[in-house]
Amino acid sequence: MSQTNAPEAIRTDGLTRYFGSEAVVKDLTLAVPRGSVFGLLGRNGSGKTTTIRLLLGLLAPTRGSAVVLGSPCTNLSPETRARIGYLAEGHPVFGWMRVAAFGRFQAGFYPTWNEDVFQGVLRFFQIDARRRGRDLSRGERAGLCLAATLAPDPELLVLDDPAIGLDPVARRGLLEALLYVTRREGRTVLFSSHVLADVERVADRVAVLDRGVLRACCTVDAFRERVRRVVLRFSGAPPTLPEIPGLLSRWITDGELRLTIANYDAAVQRILEGLPLERMTAEPLGLEEAFLDYVGDRGERTFFLQGRRAEA
Amino acid sequence: MLELRIVTGSNVPLYQQIVDQVRWGVASGAHPVGTPLPSVRALAEQLVINPNTVARAYADLVREGVVETRAGKGCFVAEPRKVYADEERERRLDAALESFLSEALSLGYRGAAIRSAVEQRLARLESQGGTRKRERR
Repeated sequence: MSQTNAPEAIRTDGLTRYFGSEAVVKDLTLAVPRGSVFGLLGRNGSGKTTTIRLLLGLLAPTRGSAVVLGSPCTNLSPETRARIGYLAEGHPVFGWMRVAAFGRFQAGFYPTWNEDVFQGVLRFFQIDARRRGRDLSRGERAGLCLAATLAPDPELLVLDDPAIGLDPVARRGLLEALLYVTRREGRTVLFSSHVLADVERVADRVAVLDRGVLRACCTVDAFRERVRRVVLRFSGAPPTLPEIPGLLSRWITDGELRLTIANYDAAVQRILEGLPLERMTAEPLGLEEAFLDYVGDRGERTFFLQGRRAEA
Repeated sequence: MLELRIVTGSNVPLYQQIVDQVRWGVASGAHPVGTPLPSVRALAEQLVINPNTVARAYADLVREGVVETRAGKGCFVAEPRKVYADEERERRLDAALESFLSEALSLGYRGAAIRSAVEQRLARLESQGGTRKRERR
């Protein structure tokens, strides 16, 4: 049923959710292409988990819609759900249940359950199948959840902050698992994360949420290329800056002015070249710095402080 | 076999790190003509990165003429050939010199010391058989 060949695994249109009078997800319109590894980025409280819960039909949207694997998110059939693997935030497991029993329990829901995959992931994380959920470490719980999520060979894998609380070895294992999933044609991964290094490694597309609003949705490379930092050097004190579209942050350090600018283009370049410059150089920006300047409030604070300092 | 390393969180994108390392390996003679590159899939798994990143790096290397693809067999270090017009080649050399010299000068080195460091490095590369072979076009 509803086996579609749509180029997107997920498409949302104006997806909005209020809690009381507060819009936690505002007018979200995005597409997750089939076969992509899609990273959902944003600070705490930016609406990542709510977005994921809306997509999976665990929450009803206040407005707007989303289509997941060809079905509306508000009406996902059990068959469609069986094609989606969902790893909930915080790696929840049943404390009283033994690992092996958890596997048998989960297997009952999925006609495509692959016991070899389940056992393989347990071995990778060195989890003894006789232990109970409550006795597992954070990393082992993550491993068990991952095993149960991967074993049905889902077409779409949705992971809510899977790296949280994991040590570097377990995190690497998680990334290997994500890449392993996408080896199969048409398998899609959507994951939220705070670990920019992981996103840089495995994601080919990112969406940046900021207080419920989508602020970027593009390839990882495009994000890095669109957020630019330039260093301006003046012979005297830096002049008052004109209005610069897309200005994210500025720093003044002895005669040098460092600007981070989103959507840097020829028009911005002309504005900067109109200043009494001694020298202008581009400074490459890592993904993490680009992200920090993009969603951090450091930009505004710096803006304020620098304004006062420039006057002094 | 090529030994590649990447670091995340760097100012240099991952695909560029791969391009730079392969290019240097070839230029230094560590990887002679005909050396096979790992498949996109294999390298992505080894480095634990998205295969598209490796594919982009390989595409850049092919465009620059550093490696070539052989149908059904993958990528190999290519016979050196001229990919840039003389003018463009000189411009690139000039840019490379500028960043090298600005670094060296800001470290406090001056003419003679820089010259002798460059000479020594070139001599070492030549003894490895790298530059001579690559210069033939």
